[in-house]
Amino acid sequence: MSEFVNRLAARASDEGVLDVAYATLDTPLGTALVAATRRGLVRVALPNEPLEYALLDIADGVSPRVLEFPARLDDARRELEEYFEGRRQRFELPLDWRLSHPGFYRRVLRATARVPFGEVITYSEAAARAGSPRAFRAAGSALGSNPIPIVVPCHRVVRSGGAIGDYGGGPEMKRFLLDLEGAL
Amino acid sequence: MAQALPPFQGFLDEHLDPVRAFLRGMLGPTDAEDCLQDTFLAALRAYPRAEPRNLHAWIFTIARRKAIDHHRSRSRRATPVADPGELIDRGAVAGEARDGALGMSPRHSAIWAAVADLPPGQRAAVVLRFAVDLRYREVGEALGTSEDAARRNVHEALKKLRASAEELKEMAR
Repeated sequence: MSEFVNRLAARASDEGVLDVAYATLDTPLGTALVAATRRGLVRVALPNEPLEYALLDIADGVSPRVLEFPARLDDARRELEEYFEGRRQRFELPLDWRLSHPGFYRRVLRATARVPFGEVITYSEAAARAGSPRAFRAAGSALGSNPIPIVVPCHRVVRSGGAIGDYGGGPEMKRFLLDLEGAL
Repeated sequence: MAQALPPFQGFLDEHLDPVRAFLRGMLGPTDAEDCLQDTFLAALRAYPRAEPRNLHAWIFTIARRKAIDHHRSRSRRATPVADPGELIDRGAVAGEARDGALGMSPRHSAIWAAVADLPPGQRAAVVLRFAVDLRYREVGEALGTSEDAARRNVHEALKKLRASAEELKEMAR
């Protein structure tokens, strides 16, 4: 990335006018995008999502004041790298939930964020933990709209009966992540 | 439906080179870089209030204002760079003489010195028309004038530049 943008973004960030900073990250599955507001990590785009789409989503849902500025994402990139290398089981990143729908959807995602590394729960269980045991389909939709995948581990929610179920990044990616965590 | 603003990064990627060309024409290559930073920082501050359909004219309006500010603060400094030729030389020394339309071969440098000598309105118009390749309507939008006024400004500027070119030829004889 260019020195010009880096200098501009640093000045803007100091001044408080850089609403969203993003960076790219190499993972075993391809290049991912991570984005953060001043509050915390707001968006992770998995390698199968085009970067431009993720940026449009951010501009639309958070703010159009978006620049590439990896310095704000040092912690997120480091923790994700450690996770993919098998050296980290818990993320300690502040999260900004504003790209998830408030209410039931967000409760499902918050409950999912507490499922530990290497464990899985079912969609019904996720719905129950969010306060509506019978809303397993809605829980599936909530997880499908997860703006912060991997860090909010929606891949740890699977079908009852053993099938791993859908995943925004594709079923192979879900299998890869569960395999990495020794959950399969 | 209201058109959404694109992510600022995309807007920046699209406009960085033309705005740089404009500021080089207005200020010379050395000062252009600082002014380019100030221009896009000001744009980022105001971005949420920008009109999505008119971003092109909008960024050049900001750039022109910043170039005028820059010019003023430069004239106030202890060692003003009043001589446009010196501007060009400094750019050449900084090693920026290589690239493209505003590269400073000796012949070019004389022409750009003449451009730097134009009154600000005419200079902005002629740079936007020929270094940035805007249409007259867009030049007018960027400078807050009518298309006709933009055309007249460019016309006046070209007349002066032709006269300078004639003088240069005389001097070379």
